Amino acid sequence: MTYVKPISTFWWLRRGSYFRFVLRELSSVFVAWFVVYLLMLVSAIGSGPEAYHRFLDWSTGWVLVLNVVALLFVLLHAVTWFNLAPRAMVVPHVPPVVVLVLHYLLWLGLSLAVAWVVLR
Amino acid sequence: MADTITLQVARYRPGQEPEPVFQSYDVPLRKEWAVLDGLNHVKDHVDGTLSYRWSCRMGICGSCGMTVNGSPVLSCATFLTDYAPGPVRVEPLRNFPVVRDLVVDITDFMAKLPSVKPWLIRDDEPEPEGEYLQTPGELDDYKKFSMCINCMLCYSACPVYALDPAFLGPAAIALAQRYNLDSRDEGAEDRRDVLSSAEGVWACTFVGECSTACPKGVDPAGAIQRYKLTAATHAVKDFLLPRGAR
Repeated sequence: MTYVKPISTFWWLRRGSYFRFVLRELSSVFVAWFVVYLLMLVSAIGSGPEAYHRFLDWSTGWVLVLNVVALLFVLLHAVTWFNLAPRAMVVPHVPPVVVLVLHYLLWLGLSLAVAWVVLR
Repeated sequence: MADTITLQVARYRPGQEPEPVFQSYDVPLRKEWAVLDGLNHVKDHVDGTLSYRWSCRMGICGSCGMTVNGSPVLSCATFLTDYAPGPVRVEPLRNFPVVRDLVVDITDFMAKLPSVKPWLIRDDEPEPEGEYLQTPGELDDYKKFSMCINCMLCYSACPVYALDPAFLGPAAIALAQRYNLDSRDEGAEDRRDVLSSAEGVWACTFVGECSTACPKGVDPAGAIQRYKLTAATHAVKDFLLPRGAR
């Protein structure tokens, strides 16, 4: 006759670490949104200048706000993911901090490449 | 400094109460006293019916895990003065059925433990005479994961285990890695199906609280993420390479 404590619906508010974890899980929804948004952008470009400009006009107001929120969540997702990398990738004779720094450098490099394509 | 501190201890007496109730005890507040010393004082001088597990009182046996002020800790290594002026709320470990007072039922873990085959697996036939040799460097590869004392603090801290009791859990996976990474072991393939299953490493969503709670620095969260990479690499190899080349 043991007692099993029921789990509260709001268990994730009990500790800061649980709350941050739930935010990270939630971030996947925003990652998915960015994928959808990118596909919509590609489709608009493929449909000609008029569709592209309609898409840009639509991407203001609430869509812009949504994208800013999504960006914050994607950054949270990326940073927590990179910080985990040295614990998952244990390379003999390579200090964990090197694995971490290489990830951030790769991110920076790819971001610069994308920025060059967009802004040139 | 006040000379007493109040312990609010969860009492559950099957047949007497339908669910745990808190009972307060004033115990001496001494700088060398851990929560466990406070409980022993209650047991010896105030209320002999209080039930809890303990043995070594030096963080080796892993018996005295409890929830103190909401966090899973070893009660022998958690000092009363750190909670002064109190009160100190002492509850059983979370995520396990409570047998009585602070005693929990860990049958679930004991059933999962052998499924990861936590022993050296070798193919030698017959067994060689003498020891299998190992360098200090090879020992370092797994030593951290061998420090586990099965205290169950990691299971108590893990919300995934709370929501999905089928999850193999942090300590069992860390122990599997303790053998997988041992240069003398040849059983990684035997452990793969259990570890790579949906209830194995993939159930973990990396909350990381198991490693925070661990009193021995085992880092079960790290062990799990590391095996995820191993399992993923294996899956890709299985898909791409012909059978002989794996």
